[in-house]
Amino acid sequence: MKNRRELAGWGRTNPSVATIHPAGDDAELVALVTQADRRGVLARGLGRSYGDAAQNGGGLVVDMTSRNRVLSVDTDTLLVGLEGGVSLDQLMRLLLPMGLFVPVSPGTRQVTVGGAIAADIHGKNHHVDGSFGRHVVAMDLLCADGSIRTLTPESELFWATVGGMGLTGLVLRATVRMKRVESAYCLVDTERCPNLDDLMQRMAEGDHRYTYSVAWIDCLAHGSSLGRSVLTRGWSAKVDQLPARLRDHALDFRPKQLAVAPPVFPSGLLNRASVAAFNEAWYRKAPQERRGEIQSIAAFFHPLDGVAQWNRIYGPKGFLQYQFVVPFGAEDTLRRCIEMLSDTGQASFLAVLKRFGESSPGHLSFPTPGWTLALDVPIGAAVLGGLLDRLDEEVLAAGGREYLAKDSRLPASAMARMYPRLDEWRGVRRAADPNGVFTSDLARRLGL
Amino acid sequence: MKDAIGNVQRVVVLGGTSDIALATVRRLVGQRQDVQVTLAARAGDRRVAAASSLEAMGMKVDEVDFEAADRTSYEHAIASAFEAGGDVDVVIVAFGVLGDQERAWQDLDAALDLVQVNYTAAVACGVLVAKRLREQGHGAIIAMSSVAGERPRKSNFVYGSTKAGLDAFYTGLGDAIAADGVQVLVVRPGFVHSKMTDGLAAAPLSQTPEQVAEIIVEGLAAGRQTVWAPAKMRWVMSGLRHLPRAVFTRLPV
Repeated sequence: MKNRRELAGWGRTNPSVATIHPAGDDAELVALVTQADRRGVLARGLGRSYGDAAQNGGGLVVDMTSRNRVLSVDTDTLLVGLEGGVSLDQLMRLLLPMGLFVPVSPGTRQVTVGGAIAADIHGKNHHVDGSFGRHVVAMDLLCADGSIRTLTPESELFWATVGGMGLTGLVLRATVRMKRVESAYCLVDTERCPNLDDLMQRMAEGDHRYTYSVAWIDCLAHGSSLGRSVLTRGWSAKVDQLPARLRDHALDFRPKQLAVAPPVFPSGLLNRASVAAFNEAWYRKAPQERRGEIQSIAAFFHPLDGVAQWNRIYGPKGFLQYQFVVPFGAEDTLRRCIEMLSDTGQASFLAVLKRFGESSPGHLSFPTPGWTLALDVPIGAAVLGGLLDRLDEEVLAAGGREYLAKDSRLPASAMARMYPRLDEWRGVRRAADPNGVFTSDLARRLGL
Repeated sequence: MKDAIGNVQRVVVLGGTSDIALATVRRLVGQRQDVQVTLAARAGDRRVAAASSLEAMGMKVDEVDFEAADRTSYEHAIASAFEAGGDVDVVIVAFGVLGDQERAWQDLDAALDLVQVNYTAAVACGVLVAKRLREQGHGAIIAMSSVAGERPRKSNFVYGSTKAGLDAFYTGLGDAIAADGVQVLVVRPGFVHSKMTDGLAAAPLSQTPEQVAEIIVEGLAAGRQTVWAPAKMRWVMSGLRHLPRAVFTRLPV
């Protein structure tokens, strides 16, 4: 049963070796947790965190994906009971035909509900619906003492777990409130924005009219084109908005996997020239303005899921994702950060810009009201470390923060300054897990 | 824990006054200076000076007594180095002596002293450090070998034999613990201008400790198991190793 092997995050950068244990039933997990040695225990889902959040070097990593049963579905209350290892992909396939959609969807369906809670994930609807944790009405948490506690949003431990990066316990089960939808399609408006000012103005003025909003920025454009982008916004489509041919099968959801990236990609395939060419072509191909286009949920939310293992295209050195949020009013910081990225020419496929709404009560939950930018960067350039350290300083000076589910290189000193409620969270965690049974490489690296 | 960029958080140096090791630490910490370094070395002015030079760069330095001739000393030093903080990212095995070649092959005590420090203690430390790093599931060991181990020559074969033994041990150790997430990098420098070679005439392809450090840090980041310093020393030594003995012994090396 036990299996010692190397685990890495989605960015494939800093792996470590741990003992992997497939999650069994509750009793087996209780035994694992109560017998853990000092290297501790950590739950792992589908491994989509970019950095070391789902690694526990030298310790035990429980693979939760085998606990993937949906336990109850109530189409009246919209409440769904499920095990922590259920993936959003599985939920969409099962529930869309019943007219239910996940309350929050990130850029991939390949995440588990346990992971979605641990990272308090967000999606294109954060400005109206908030993060994932807000839609969780209860969860069963296996704690360090071997007890299974049913937590509701009234409890502090609930909010220490939402965004708590798996460090409070194992999410065995959760009850999540879904959204009602009439179709598996979205009604999408697309606008091409020639520069950052134009983009931010459109988003600030119009986002509130849409359920979903996100902009893709070409971070290699500079000068008067700095921040040129394509803004896509939309709503879940109602049946009468669909073309006639789709109306009879409005809730069909059969996303296809188009390709699998081959296992070996050379380093440096994504260089400044190839990425600049891609970004240029992508910008040119977008319509100046298009209203009311019908897109499938898969195409609108999860374009990258069409290529399995797409993380391989960055080659053996891997890549990282840098995602930060700065408060509204810190638009100058956002501009400076994009300028710094553009000036150093750190090749990045499109960066994603979005506006966050209200924070969740999670102590370490990432989203706070403001602008969030996320971009992928290949590892390799000598300037990268220094550039990102300088970006950290910009983000900190503006009162912003970075997203732990993406992080693989933040200095511990910056972490404490970005998350002012860290000490409060530590107190709740200490009360629930005084010996630090639940731990991870990320926790050790950041001194959480 | 080493991060995605290669920034390290904790480094332990066994033989903490080694010029090459200190240059490697300075290079390894690069842009971020908030690194915890443990210098295990004989107590004295040299260790104090080494510690303060790193502290002046912003590193946090602990000093631990370490005596390569004494088993209880290195067992204690490694235990306390690992227990003094979080996970250790890099351990540099840098202690060693050049010895007096003429005494070392004729005087029993001199020979055994050299073997104890350069080989026996190096193997012992390798065993102890490997156990700790395996428990972490990640980390790296940098072991200072020498080109002198590649082909024994009359002028320093006792030293060379200890380095040949060290080299074989750490090369094999690297294969043995790769599956535990631990990288072992064996470093084979040629002549390096350092306190060890002070007063000796420099050999061809001689290097500064900083040049060796650069090669080490690049090799570490690239995941290599062996590096030569300078890189072309590999081809020089490969040539020398295959020379017929009758020719080799006539060379002025």
